[in-house]
Amino acid sequence: MSLEQLYQQIILEHAKLRTGSGLAETPVPAGASSGQSHQLNPVCGDEITVRVAVSEGKVAQLRWDGAGCSISMASASVLADLAEGMDVGSFTKVIDNFREVLRSRGKLAADPEILGDASAFEGVSKYAARVKCAMISWVAAEDALAQALAPSPAAP
Amino acid sequence: MAFAATSESQALLTPALGDDEVLRIRNDFPILSRSMGGHRLIYLDSGATSQNPVSVIEAEQEFYEQRNAAVHRGAHLLAVEATESFEDARETLAAFLGAGADEIIWTSNATEGLNLLSYSFLNASLPGAGAPAARFALGAGDEIVVTEMEHHANLIPWQQLAERTGATLRFIPVDDAGVLDLEAAARIINAATRVLAFSHASNVLGTINPVKTLVAMARQVGALTVLDACQSAPHLPLDVKDLGVDFAVLSGHKMLGPTGIGVLYGRSELLNAMPPFLTGGSMITTVTMERAAFLPAPQRFEAGTQKVSQAIALAAAANYLTETGMGRVHAWESLLGQRLVEGLASIPGIRVLGPAPGQDRIGLASFDVAGVHAHDVGQFLDSKGIAVRVGHHCAQPLHRRLGLTATTRASTYLYNTTSDVDAFLAAVAEVRAYFGA
Repeated sequence: MSLEQLYQQIILEHAKLRTGSGLAETPVPAGASSGQSHQLNPVCGDEITVRVAVSEGKVAQLRWDGAGCSISMASASVLADLAEGMDVGSFTKVIDNFREVLRSRGKLAADPEILGDASAFEGVSKYAARVKCAMISWVAAEDALAQALAPSPAAP
Repeated sequence: MAFAATSESQALLTPALGDDEVLRIRNDFPILSRSMGGHRLIYLDSGATSQNPVSVIEAEQEFYEQRNAAVHRGAHLLAVEATESFEDARETLAAFLGAGADEIIWTSNATEGLNLLSYSFLNASLPGAGAPAARFALGAGDEIVVTEMEHHANLIPWQQLAERTGATLRFIPVDDAGVLDLEAAARIINAATRVLAFSHASNVLGTINPVKTLVAMARQVGALTVLDACQSAPHLPLDVKDLGVDFAVLSGHKMLGPTGIGVLYGRSELLNAMPPFLTGGSMITTVTMERAAFLPAPQRFEAGTQKVSQAIALAAAANYLTETGMGRVHAWESLLGQRLVEGLASIPGIRVLGPAPGQDRIGLASFDVAGVHAHDVGQFLDSKGIAVRVGHHCAQPLHRRLGLTATTRASTYLYNTTSDVDAFLAAVAEVRAYFGA
């Protein structure tokens, strides 16, 4: 497999674009409930924090801060593009599908109908050492979403 | 003829290997003729794990085909031959390090060797450890000193020991060039210091530390010295008695040997006073239901079935290195190290860690590429058949000190040619353009 299949143009572009990056600067939309998750890849020290805000059953906003390789940064950027405006059920299915494709060791082709631009990461599944790079922001998003959906603690 | 000189090394003015000789050496390493997706394999990750010559692979195979039996028990001929081979291997490693055979303890790896020490010191610190163990006992007010450039294996066991005994862990800082601050060391090593643990050569920076200077500081205050020789024993002539350290560890797979084997050297007098770490079979004299008496070193620290074939294969590796000549290996790798650091420093956007060009370093170089993450650098090089290490190299505190989270490291060995280094440098020069940095 060639390097170009791994680093597709769309990945290299998103690694620079970093859509949705800048968590601290952007407030959570009024009325939305939010959750936030910090994930670390101990192998390389890459870190990412993802915040997901949910309003009326939809992902109202996804913002992140992080430092890492082009795969992890591009993956977070694509994720932010994809998530905003999506209803929560669909978003969960997209995350599940993305994980399934990435863990397939190249056996499962990505369906652009489901994954959109995130299909570009299907080549990563053949590089076991890089799967975590592509998954890290999605794992954080899944955790943040679960927190956003959790019933808020009763007022004291 | 090429020469390389280092400040505290016996390789001084030893003629280096040359490219022609290295090409012959390469033929002894089957894996180096593997094709990597159409590219010749350029293996520059020996700092992580080295490759094995045929003689090492055959030594392990020959043991299993001809002499496999339990050592130090059994009266049959196979058991006798297995025991002899196992103990011959110990003699070989002892000679390789300038130690006595009873001062060589087999461990699984260097990490286990360092844990063996820290746990033995912990056992010595427990109530009822006895008078001979008192010299290893630690408590509140005692200090353990490491350096800021340590591999996690020579940091975390001491952190844990300090935490469990109430001792304080301190460290000698490195300067921006990756050199230990010896003035600070002279202040930090004081009457309260009980243990000084440090690496001989840094796995990230390539710095060769002044062992004798540090040992002298430790001796002045009566502290025990522990040398992490993982990046030195495979690459330069090493004599533990000459260096004067109390303990030293090395890892077999970094010196042409198999995985699963390492060595702990300890001065005989110390080993025999130290409480054991692991206990059980093969390390005892008399056992009752209530108590046991222990054998002297090395058996005292070798409970249970040992790593027999690995020890024998490691001895074959040590023989291979000795026959090649450690002084010549060191001189060659010093040249490769300089070629690496000079080449990297001349590429725009590359920051090389550790000693500047012209300064002593072992044959490795870690570097940061502006605007490109180390994982991407490694992936790019891999697509050209070039194997390097990426990440924090098990030295997070050092990377933090240098303001980095991950770097790329190229590390050479006796089977690398100057053309390996040049191909690597040419590829690194293309990285930033590929990623648009």
